[in-house]
Amino acid sequence: MNGILSITVLSPLLGVAGIILLRAFSRPDDARVGEAVRWIALASTLATLALSVLMVAQFDPRQSGFQFIEDLNWFSGIHYRMGVDGISILFVLLTAFLMPLCIVASWKSITNRVVEYMVAFLMLEGMVLGVFCALDLIVFYLYFEFQLLPMFLIIGIWGGKNRLYAAFKFFLYTLLGSVLMLAAILSMVVIAHTSSIPALLAYKFSPGVQTWLWLAFFASFAVKMPMWPFHTWLPDAHVEAPTAGSVILAGILLKMGGYGFMRFSLPMFPVASLQFMPLVFALSVIAIIYTSLVAFRQTDIKKLIAYSSVAHMGFVTLGIFSGNLQGEQGALFQMLSHGVISGALFLCVGVIYDRMHTREIAFYGGLASRMPFYAAVFMLFTMGNVGLPGTSGFIGEILSLTGTYGTSTWPAILAATGVILSAVYALNVYRNVTFGELTNPALAAITDLNRRELALFVPLIIATLWLGLQPSVVFNITDASVTHLVGAYHAATGR
Amino acid sequence: MTSQSIVSLALPELILGGSALVLLVWGAFRGRADLAFLVAAVAALLAAAVATAVGPLGRTFSGGLIVDAGAVFAKVVIYVTSAIAIPLGHRWFGRRGAAKFEYPVLVVLAALGMGMMASAGDLISLYVSIELQSLALYILAAFLRDDAKASEAALKYFVLGALSSGLLLYGASLVYGFAGSTHFDVIASALHGHHNIGVMAGLVFLMCGFAFKVSAAPFHMWTPDVYEGAATPVVGFFAGAPKLAAMVLLARLLSQGFGESVGQWQQILVGLALFSVAVGAFGGLVQSNVKRLWAYSSIATIGYAIVGLAAGGVVGVQSMLVYMVLYIVDVTGFFACLSGLTRHGRPLETLDDFAGLMQERPATTMCMTLFALSALGLPPLGEFWGKFYVFRAAWGAGTGIGIVAVFALVGSVVAAFYYLKLVKMMWLDPSAGPTDTPAIESRAVAYVMALIAFPVVLAILAALDPWTRAAATALTIH
Repeated sequence: MNGILSITVLSPLLGVAGIILLRAFSRPDDARVGEAVRWIALASTLATLALSVLMVAQFDPRQSGFQFIEDLNWFSGIHYRMGVDGISILFVLLTAFLMPLCIVASWKSITNRVVEYMVAFLMLEGMVLGVFCALDLIVFYLYFEFQLLPMFLIIGIWGGKNRLYAAFKFFLYTLLGSVLMLAAILSMVVIAHTSSIPALLAYKFSPGVQTWLWLAFFASFAVKMPMWPFHTWLPDAHVEAPTAGSVILAGILLKMGGYGFMRFSLPMFPVASLQFMPLVFALSVIAIIYTSLVAFRQTDIKKLIAYSSVAHMGFVTLGIFSGNLQGEQGALFQMLSHGVISGALFLCVGVIYDRMHTREIAFYGGLASRMPFYAAVFMLFTMGNVGLPGTSGFIGEILSLTGTYGTSTWPAILAATGVILSAVYALNVYRNVTFGELTNPALAAITDLNRRELALFVPLIIATLWLGLQPSVVFNITDASVTHLVGAYHAATGR
Repeated sequence: MTSQSIVSLALPELILGGSALVLLVWGAFRGRADLAFLVAAVAALLAAAVATAVGPLGRTFSGGLIVDAGAVFAKVVIYVTSAIAIPLGHRWFGRRGAAKFEYPVLVVLAALGMGMMASAGDLISLYVSIELQSLALYILAAFLRDDAKASEAALKYFVLGALSSGLLLYGASLVYGFAGSTHFDVIASALHGHHNIGVMAGLVFLMCGFAFKVSAAPFHMWTPDVYEGAATPVVGFFAGAPKLAAMVLLARLLSQGFGESVGQWQQILVGLALFSVAVGAFGGLVQSNVKRLWAYSSIATIGYAIVGLAAGGVVGVQSMLVYMVLYIVDVTGFFACLSGLTRHGRPLETLDDFAGLMQERPATTMCMTLFALSALGLPPLGEFWGKFYVFRAAWGAGTGIGIVAVFALVGSVVAAFYYLKLVKMMWLDPSAGPTDTPAIESRAVAYVMALIAFPVVLAILAALDPWTRAAATALTIH
């Protein structure tokens, strides 16, 4: 099965090539081009999904190391290395799973510059897959950085009215974080004489060096994640991005931060990770409590979900830096589950935004009487967001809290209040939007989910419930790699 | 040294010098610039490039002319980019009724000067070659002589350039006076072990002169004005190759002539680099004219290249060479796009002129976006690899230079804003109206350079790496 990773990463880019060729050889005013472009995009994302499912089927979960390894000598000691382990393969699957949904979600709502839109999405998918599959720091950085461009265009061209501000803020904020990471990467290459991730995982940096490298990587991943107080770009970007853009942002792009912490910060700089654990815990607890409170006061549904994402990512950072098995598994699970649930919530917002073109909570009310199916779907994902047992949200939160408790008591107790706070804001917005009297006359004619939208939610519903009731499907895959990660961390820190 | 080997070593320069003279006479008699004339000039440059690439290595004119791997590398790049400038500029001036036969001759002469700069092994050939190159460029800047802005730009360029030549000459005379020789290697052995204050003063003057030529801050003041006023294809020409020539010569002078005084010149380079990056990044933020914006971009770029030079050693010089070559690809392509773009015959100059260009000229816009993002340093585009080499060299050189590199990286985030602003204008804003079809020359150059910037760069790095390493090794031997 050698080469499957590169084929998976390239398959969306083949779609890009197809779209550009189609555009180049058709008349600009041809109306059929838009339709054809949508189908090409859908086909190539589905092909990517099929490839990644095949990859998971071929994956041997008993091994803790990297599999499907590709290694190509490039230049000046830099290799093009690819490979996945139990941690990264799930992110590949998540990305491939969400992308076709994004294409379908934008089927009718994007009518302006469809060619560029689909090209941007497919490029984004290829780059994100590359981030999760890269086994060389330089290759990782290439993919990690380049995905800024398609996202900049997605926010900037198809976003809301304040889109330019949001797009610039998104780009510059993340760029600043990543140039510091670039500096760290280069110094690691200089110190260890290699940029191979497996080799660097085995390399022991001296504690003093670890501190600086950890901080530089933290600058990048904390912005990406985002952790409080580096999160301010996220609500802007979410509010302005089109629906599918928000889904990708919350569902996948944020996960690159958590993935980075698990792949680089914790195993490569264990001493520094332990040293900075109080800082991370403090920031995470503040994120959970403070942003939950902020979310409660939002009047824009998307902004509310954005702040709720910051709070949920707080659980992820707690879990990762607790450094024990439950914590890591919980953080991983929380990222997957949040990818599905927050993506679904943004799609829920997209449904009513497409109809009414506003996201003001006050505008809505009593939707249950006109949109019963919608109310049911929205209810399920709200519950998932709150962390109701039976949904995937519960497993991630309980495990990361257990893990944190194993390392440090107070942060776990404080973070647990976040579970209550999330119930407060999520149920509150759900009540305001769907229950009560239908007072706004503009809503009288609103229609329920159509078949396309229903088809969109069915896979997400299945995923949420399946992960919630049968979490072992995930843990079976991650177990060996996470056990190895935790074992190495304990060996290095002596705890 | 037999005359035969002198000829074979200096063959590329002889081709250029000879063809410049022949073309001058021919042009004077024919009185007009026809296609044959143009082809002859391009052919001369390409022949010189080929002769450089295949010719023997060695030194001649008692060390005044050094042909080594470093010189060969620089000359091939210089001659090829000069050859590109001729058809581009010819069409541009032709549309404005100023396609005179002097244009190709001056480009050939400038190329000759730059080639000699890459080969210069003593202070005299250093000065003569820089002057030959500069004088040709002054005239090229003023080539549109009825245009007030172009004349102003050329005058500014000339006056400040003359000042910098004076600094160079004064520095050279001080070094000669205290070290007793004009040859780089003799200077090095004369200085052996002790720092002479007079030589150091001379070195500072020399470096200031070079800083003028490569437009490193605080000697950058002429750059925005000259770029704005001079003819667009000419700007594309003198923003690229001359800077490579000057950087190569500076690298050779510093490592072969003053290799033991590295502690002294490294500080100056660090200062120049940091100042250039800061001026380039912050100065560009407020520009509304795209050519001025690119002038600031080039100031920042030189700052990064100087970081590489300051890192020192083979790795440092190599990083500078990689960076300069990839920068030349960008700047050549970008100004090729610019020189092709007009709206109702008027060139697009301000940022507002570029609004919504994506709807009008998708292919050209894609190229310009690529160049802008490459200059921003977005991986995996061309200039990112330059930055990658430079910062890797800087980290390898020690923590001090490493921290300089981190400051420069943060500067690149500031500069990212104006590149993004350009991208935003072209992609996101409503169209400012239809544009004229660009000339085939500018489109061809733009497409080829865009393809090199991405994705061809990913393939050629494997060849560029050993080639620049050999060049850097040759430049740093003393």
